[in-house]
Amino acid sequence: MTLDSGALAAATTKQEPSHRAGKQPLSEGKKAERRLGLWLCAPAAIIMVAVTAYPIIYAIWLSLQRYDLRFPAEREFAGLSNYGAVLTSAYWWQAFLITVIITVVSVAIEFVLGLALALVMHRTIVGRGLTRTVVLIPYGIVTVVAAFSWQFAWTPDKGYLAAMLSEGSAPLTGQASAIAIIILAEVWKTTPFMALLLMAGLALVPDDLLKAAQVDGAGAWQRLTQIILPMMKPAILVALLFRTLDAFRVFDNIYILTQGSNGTGSVSMLGYDNLFKAFNLGIGSAISVLIFVAVALIALLFIKIFGAAAPGSEPTGKR
Amino acid sequence: MADIVLDHVYKRYPDGTLGADDVNIEIADGEFIILVGPSGCGKSTTLNMIAGLEDISEGELRIGGARVNEKAPKDRDIAMVFQSYALYPHMTVRENMAFPLKLAKVDKAEIARKVEETAQILDLTQHLDRKPANMSGGQRQRVAMGRAIVRSPKAFLMDEPLSNLDAKLRVQMRTMVSKLQQRLETTTVYVTHDQTEAMTLGDRIVVMKSGVVQQIGSPQHLYDEPANLFVAGFIGSPAMNFLPATLENGSLRTSLGDLGMPDRVRRALEAADAPREVIVGIRPEHFEDAGVVEDHVRARGSVFTAEVDVLESMGSDKFAYFKIEGEQAMSDDLAELAADAGTADVPDSAGQLVTRLSATSQAREGERSEVWVDTDKIQIFDPHSGANLTSKDPATANA
Amino acid sequence: MTATAPANKKIGWGLINLLVILYALIPVLWIVSLSFKTADTITDGNFIPRSWTWSNYAQIFQINLFTSALRNSIGIALISTVIAVVIGTMAAYAIARLDFPGKKALVGVSLLIAMFPQISLVSPLFDIERAIGLFDTWPGLILPYITFALPLAIYTLSAFFREIPWELEKAAKMDGATPLQAFRSVIVPLAAPGVFTTAILVFIFCWNDFLFAVSLTSTSRSQTATVAISQFTGASQFAEPTGSIAAAAVLLTIPIIIFVLFFQRRIVAGLTSGAVKG
Repeated sequence: MTLDSGALAAATTKQEPSHRAGKQPLSEGKKAERRLGLWLCAPAAIIMVAVTAYPIIYAIWLSLQRYDLRFPAEREFAGLSNYGAVLTSAYWWQAFLITVIITVVSVAIEFVLGLALALVMHRTIVGRGLTRTVVLIPYGIVTVVAAFSWQFAWTPDKGYLAAMLSEGSAPLTGQASAIAIIILAEVWKTTPFMALLLMAGLALVPDDLLKAAQVDGAGAWQRLTQIILPMMKPAILVALLFRTLDAFRVFDNIYILTQGSNGTGSVSMLGYDNLFKAFNLGIGSAISVLIFVAVALIALLFIKIFGAAAPGSEPTGKR
Repeated sequence: MADIVLDHVYKRYPDGTLGADDVNIEIADGEFIILVGPSGCGKSTTLNMIAGLEDISEGELRIGGARVNEKAPKDRDIAMVFQSYALYPHMTVRENMAFPLKLAKVDKAEIARKVEETAQILDLTQHLDRKPANMSGGQRQRVAMGRAIVRSPKAFLMDEPLSNLDAKLRVQMRTMVSKLQQRLETTTVYVTHDQTEAMTLGDRIVVMKSGVVQQIGSPQHLYDEPANLFVAGFIGSPAMNFLPATLENGSLRTSLGDLGMPDRVRRALEAADAPREVIVGIRPEHFEDAGVVEDHVRARGSVFTAEVDVLESMGSDKFAYFKIEGEQAMSDDLAELAADAGTADVPDSAGQLVTRLSATSQAREGERSEVWVDTDKIQIFDPHSGANLTSKDPATANA
Repeated sequence: MTATAPANKKIGWGLINLLVILYALIPVLWIVSLSFKTADTITDGNFIPRSWTWSNYAQIFQINLFTSALRNSIGIALISTVIAVVIGTMAAYAIARLDFPGKKALVGVSLLIAMFPQISLVSPLFDIERAIGLFDTWPGLILPYITFALPLAIYTLSAFFREIPWELEKAAKMDGATPLQAFRSVIVPLAAPGVFTTAILVFIFCWNDFLFAVSLTSTSRSQTATVAISQFTGASQFAEPTGSIAAAAVLLTIPIIIFVLFFQRRIVAGLTSGAVKG
């Protein structure tokens, strides 16, 4: 199954096969099963829809208003002018570019590092348990905490990393160096997650296959590129999709490390600032909607180009 | 206890295929009936429909005279033993066996008594407080049986309950199941793909193929009077030999030579208006080394001479394998049997004649040997419909 | 295996593993080190403190904002976890085991939410919650936490549920159980480890959140620890907040370390279960 929401909607109506229609009524057991299924799913479905679908529709509505919290009386319908304002603003495009750079660079590094880490954890002959335990720490640690650790480390006169730099340099105040630090913080935190997903994919490559390749004369690099990676493709795609979407939402690290100053703000940062610094709910909502659209496009792109399948959507509950 | 009746039962899947196609079976109270057939023949589907785990698309299922189509499994009062045993891994043996009684709200003292009693029957008393994970396959199997019998249900359903055991244990458990059923006298429906199990256990056997019942009858009846090529080939081990033959001047021309036709066969063929081209079926034990057959017996059969390809001495008797020259018997039923047995891919297996000779036979590998055929016992089949043209059984003539 | 491996190979792997361990631990050790530095050595840039003190820890507990924030964090994360896991268990069981209309739609919706940009919800939720009085309350955070934890919970749990042999449930039905009884007495005990794992993952998710917390709270009534840390100004107006932040950060990390140390295997299984099966 793919992620096309239209197909999803169609699939639900298709659940009732035409053969069944007009035939014998469902037995007690079958009816009870359907009832139970619906009841069990209802709370989850209601909460998820109520907390996401309604607000996003409301956000679209808000984005069409002139709505400044400082002047609530001046609220009025403004059509697409908020979108016009955002899309012609240099701030938006700069934040967008920064977000894309952070996303692409960090996911690329995470993939390479994550693969290496996965291979290490999969193949290591000593300290396997310890390594696996320790790499979970970056995954589990609170992002804000990790961000502070990096911030202090790079602060001149305070940090061990800043101390290694030349006298007087303040990496967090330069645009390029600050972005590099943001990427570093992202990569450090999420590489283990990537590695775990890839390791699960690695476990699906049968050892015999690698032995066979070795006998056939494939070197380590060839085994990796010709056998391991192609067989891990599903796991890789899922890992990349989730990490890309996740990286695109980058917020915590930037908030702590630079507050988005010196041109280091992401789109999430921009949306936040418009809401809580400029108090402009109309513009803020327009940014929210645009980010939503961008994320949807990325997801669609992944599915169209790579044919990534939804995890867990495979043969669900097949009897 | 109760009888079980399947009355024109169909199972139709959403894609239109039939899992069960007009199944009619009347299972008497206390009867031990076996559903047998190759995988995908609809035997498990039929069992699941009786259990209530699958819906019946059409037709009626009656247990103890009452229609139960719409009843949930729990309201049918039948117990089931699964191939994987389906023991609850988080419960001890005692808890596993007590589970159905607890659900039925039987009082505690009664539960304890029944579990003890059942454990005694199955020799599980000393294992009652163990978890299934720490038990052997045979012990787990017994626990699964125990969970079924503890609540004295109207019927037992068993879905290949012995197929996860190794060969030796399977034979032992087979005897146990058989004894248990005789003792409890509970209606039992037992699904298997193993014809030996079917032959040894059942009061009656239902042979199924592609959702269709091929024949219902006692093991001996199915063996002696198979309704069609499929049943003939499925029941019996080693399997019946099939040879293409032509009816000519009152005898059967086969690649082994001409076989004489006894009156029984001749009359049956005339009555059935048989085609000229037929398939002859001969069971391995209906051959004998011509040298050990007494003359007056020899006269009522036919004799041919051929080179022994392989000879296996079992001690009690000898199996001699001959190569069949010329074309081989062809029919849909036979192709399906070969596919199920996996012999379709084995070179030569189809062109082989299996004979079971007495231990005193002088036949040797690689030498020509005179073999006698008891033509009295041969079966003649229609190659197109697969029907047994020589069967005396009127009920199976249309199968 | 280890016994037969040549010694130099073992040393090679040991070095690589050491590298991995250093990678994971250095930033954590750095913040621990800062939390133990005295006020006058905190700016010395040394990785290891020259003089040790507990005063940073003593100080943060005198900051009212932090103690209330810690209470809020624990309360909100626990409540969200319990609710999300209960609701998620119900839905995941239905998805893995039952046949009913709308199943695929539910899987699709939860997948969409897993990819949903949270920032897109911040402005509408901010406005809605102010209007209905949920702004700056526990439920105001618990609701979005549950929502975003549910996809995680449903995926992880339905993967666990699929591992439970299906025949057991059939057996329970044959033993006379209703679907609900089959769920309660057979599936729940077998699913408990999976549920527990999911609870850990969901708790980590809620504990970690910053965006919703910083957007939907404003006072000590519901501000969580992550927000409190980010707004630390020190015990007094003139004190340098680094020590306090570091100490608070270490406290926030302790539950994570405990989970990781004790449930490493489960967390790995939980994180990867949904991903590979797809």
